[in-house]
Amino acid sequence: MALNSKIPAGSLEEKWEKYKSTCKLVNPANKRQLEIIVIGTGLAGASAAASLGELGYKVKTFCFQDSPRRAHSIAAQGGINAAKNYQNDGDSTFRLFYDTVKGGDYRSREANVYRLASVSANIIDQCVAQGVPFAREYGGLLSNRSFGGTQVQRTFYAAGQTGQQLLIGAYQALERQVALGNVTQYSRHEMLEVVMIDGKARGVIVRNLVTGELERHFGHAVLLCSGGYGNVFYLSTNAMGSNVTAAWKAHKKGAYFGNPCFTQIHPTCIPVSGDHQSKLTLMSESLRNDGRIWVPKKQGDNRKPNDIPEEERDYYLERRYPAFGNLVPRDVASRAAKERCDAGYGVGASKQAVYLDYASAIQRYGKIEVSKQGIENADAATITKLGKEVVKEKYGNLFEMYEKITGENPYEVPMRIYPAVHYTMGGLWVDYELQTTVPGLYALGEANFSDHGANRLGASALMQGLADGYFVIPYTLGNNLADDIRTKAIPTDHPAFVEAENNVRDRINKLMSIKGTESVESFHKRLGKIMWDKCGMARNAQGLKEAIEEIKALRKEFWSNVRIPGDVNEFNPELDKANRVADFLELGELMCMDALNRNESCGGHFREEYQTEEGEAQRQDDQYMYVSAWEYKGDSNFELHKEELIYDVVHPTQRSYK
Amino acid sequence: MSWKQAFSSSVGKKIQMSLTGIFLILFLIVHCYINAQIWFGEDAFLTAAHFMGTNVVIRTIEIGLFAFLILHIVQGLSLWAKNSKRRNTRYAVKAGSQTSPWYRRSMGLLGTLILLFLIIHLSKFWGPNRFAQTFGSGELNLYELMKEEFQNVVIVVIYLLGCFALAWHLVHGVYSSMQTLGLTTHRYKTMIKNVGVAFSIIVTVIFALMPISFYMHWVN
Amino acid sequence: MEHYHMNLTLKVWKQKNKNEKGRFETYQVKNISSEMSFLEMFDVLNEQLVAENKEPIAFDHDCREGICGMCSMYINGRAHGPWHHTTTCQLHMREYKDGDTIVVEPWRANSFPVIKDLVVDRQAFDRIIQAGGYVSVNTGNAVDANAIPIEKHDADESFASAACIGCGACVAACPNASAMLFVSAKVSHLSLLPQGDPERKTRAMNMIHQMDKEGFGSCTNIGACEAECPKGISLENIARLNREYLGAMFDGGSQNAI
Repeated sequence: MALNSKIPAGSLEEKWEKYKSTCKLVNPANKRQLEIIVIGTGLAGASAAASLGELGYKVKTFCFQDSPRRAHSIAAQGGINAAKNYQNDGDSTFRLFYDTVKGGDYRSREANVYRLASVSANIIDQCVAQGVPFAREYGGLLSNRSFGGTQVQRTFYAAGQTGQQLLIGAYQALERQVALGNVTQYSRHEMLEVVMIDGKARGVIVRNLVTGELERHFGHAVLLCSGGYGNVFYLSTNAMGSNVTAAWKAHKKGAYFGNPCFTQIHPTCIPVSGDHQSKLTLMSESLRNDGRIWVPKKQGDNRKPNDIPEEERDYYLERRYPAFGNLVPRDVASRAAKERCDAGYGVGASKQAVYLDYASAIQRYGKIEVSKQGIENADAATITKLGKEVVKEKYGNLFEMYEKITGENPYEVPMRIYPAVHYTMGGLWVDYELQTTVPGLYALGEANFSDHGANRLGASALMQGLADGYFVIPYTLGNNLADDIRTKAIPTDHPAFVEAENNVRDRINKLMSIKGTESVESFHKRLGKIMWDKCGMARNAQGLKEAIEEIKALRKEFWSNVRIPGDVNEFNPELDKANRVADFLELGELMCMDALNRNESCGGHFREEYQTEEGEAQRQDDQYMYVSAWEYKGDSNFELHKEELIYDVVHPTQRSYK
Repeated sequence: MSWKQAFSSSVGKKIQMSLTGIFLILFLIVHCYINAQIWFGEDAFLTAAHFMGTNVVIRTIEIGLFAFLILHIVQGLSLWAKNSKRRNTRYAVKAGSQTSPWYRRSMGLLGTLILLFLIIHLSKFWGPNRFAQTFGSGELNLYELMKEEFQNVVIVVIYLLGCFALAWHLVHGVYSSMQTLGLTTHRYKTMIKNVGVAFSIIVTVIFALMPISFYMHWVN
Repeated sequence: MEHYHMNLTLKVWKQKNKNEKGRFETYQVKNISSEMSFLEMFDVLNEQLVAENKEPIAFDHDCREGICGMCSMYINGRAHGPWHHTTTCQLHMREYKDGDTIVVEPWRANSFPVIKDLVVDRQAFDRIIQAGGYVSVNTGNAVDANAIPIEKHDADESFASAACIGCGACVAACPNASAMLFVSAKVSHLSLLPQGDPERKTRAMNMIHQMDKEGFGSCTNIGACEAECPKGISLENIARLNREYLGAMFDGGSQNAI
């Protein structure tokens, strides 16, 4: 099947405006007859479900957590970008578009990114109207801060809990629709299959995680808003339950998977402390605004950080990238940290960490406060004290979190940080309308591949999730459903539903019948280790080939030796996890295949064979300026389709942050 | 929403507790003032007692006082009973004083102790006096009555226990009534708490000193 | 920070489902690192149970960074354990020493029925939000975000209330199993902002009505909720909710409440 990205004609600025004014509409009476299924209730899912409910569609939402409000969007800390130019510092829709395309290392679609940038301002308006308490200045207007990879202040934030506040806003809008009867909400339900009728997605099979029962739900359209698949690495900043299952089921039903190898490794996470580690905790990128990153100049230096004098410290980001310094994009910062640690300059017990130091920020803020308060001849202790107070106001909750986890006081001792898997730019391939290659099946938010190319800029994930849900899908879904108004709701005793349910039941029974000796968790850990070592921050052809074989072997072992205690028809978290890990074991292989196919380095995908002399990522635009869209053809059998990326406006260059 | 609905929600009931509680607090101030007259001589006390026992306005308010008292008791006991049924399986390990002071968790119990004390108290003074006023030879000399009663150490101890229960009930009650009315804002909450504690101490100490003063013959 | 290892005795509530009776089960865990989080210690225990072919303990958790509100253990008499302003997932084992016994129970409240072991059903909270915990604004209706300036102090206070993660520790800790802190945080969050002002009266009324309907106890201003709230939601929110309620009570305009 040839990929049709359905990008509207016209100039970049006109595309979306034109689309909106010419797309087909569904009249209100017909909307009431159209049923929509939304899988996942994070920013994308909750905003989509709420907006569609407001329009009058009959919506059902499903989430595996106990409430839609728990979706992992809640954990986003730093902020959300929007081209409001409230700071008068030269921001514009075009600049946000340009930064995002550049930050994505020229592997995203211009039209999508431009649309994202142009609706970004509406998102902020919408959220404020919902009562999202963004940070404000004393004048009562919204406050902004800067973020990695940009030189303007366009990030709106609510302390270190922006994701939480935005999600709660969307969740409240969703609950309002539930109260009005437009949305029915199913919590502790996990989607396990897409039901296809006459080539279209017409429903899902979900498992009630409390009772274990399988349920059939019909929908004229199915929206997957199920997030990313970073948990394939076992250790990531994702929530424990984040999984690829919904997207993977869709993939196996014909939805192509776009750029699966594009994974973002976030530079500022709390390092691993031991084998027991179950997840990694992110420290907001905003910490790089004021913190300085360094390692000792001497290899294997075992002195305490505060005992290492200034001249023996290597502020390697400032040294290598004087223009952006500590604010280089995430992929660059992560690789630089890895480079230093691999070269033997790492710090802490594991030597897999670098310092993020606030000492100079404390001094700088302290001096500002002293002059603000008119204190004359302030001594060093006063300056430090006042400086700490300022830092506490800005980053207090993050410092507190760091102290809880590590037991160290970051006001006194530099924090130790190390990169960790954070976000997956890859996801289900979608066209301009967010529809996958399966008609009637859509993917929104992190679950799709569309807007971030090979690397996502900070504070853009929230923007994309909400753009898709609030401002894109209400139009594009209507455009497609306008042709579906004559389709009556299909009863769920249709043979396709029966068959889909039987398939799900068979797989669950198969899993339960293995009765092996090894826990699901240990398989997941082993998969994660293969992925991190061979398909992580740096990849090479040989490692990837090995990884593919290792994953195949591990998958085989899983299906013959996994042990799942408990029963099918009860609350059984081990079984839930097994269902998810089984899918990760297939996805991991595809990620490695994709990484192997892409003989270049770009954004988060760093192939060691393709780097400049200075160790920067080297793209191969003549060969790889395309989106890899993989079609599932059976076990270990994927066919590559290419969507060529055409840059009409931006001219791809070697990214430089020097 | 009707008034009935407004007052019958959980918050509405709390507002009833708060308003009746505040009325009872005001009454305590008056009661305390009258009691304090004992230290200014028998006449001073009897004049005040006579006024309280015979003035038409006061006697009318007295009816209200009893109505509010009963409402406070009935509503309080019913809240206590209902709240204790909100958790059918109890915790094996309880937080106890780690998360809240004991008296805040014991308002129902303290209130019940006060009620028991009140029954004794009313049957000793208020009851016989009103009975005598209505059916007998007129007002009793309450001062003499007290002098007599408070020679009995058992009675004195019961009164001191009553004061003890009242003190702790008030420490939380004053603050709680203000909190229920939403007055404990950031600006005022510390002040309200402190005033509440001070009030509880002053009022109950004055009350407690009365039986002690008679027993110890500090007043004659 | 000194690292060490410890052996512990755990007494954990086991309950097959909502209808069956539960009981405590005793487990031994060995060689627990002081660097682990409390939930990672449970991971170790569960791995051990799977290896012994026993059923692991069901417990709720998801983000493990203290923000999703899913984790919910009552540890040695304390909701989310002994650390101040901390969720269970952020509690770390350096709190404990070798030989300690730890009793772990689920949130206990009739309105939070046990689903299994330490997992409870908190959907009552969703229904309370459905009763009015939102601003009625459809997508696309918004004016420019800076059209209405909001005093920084109000915005900050609103944010402090909005920090609630809906974990239910307030209900678990309250001797009356009251949900007032949760409800008041939402009412405060919205009523402090001009956007939430038009619906403030019906919101307070309807949310309280729903809270009562769900069977939560009533607030007697004990303050255990505030002491246990992992996000530091203050009792001032409850005072504000009471004010909102009184305001609504005396206002004829809230006829459409309930």
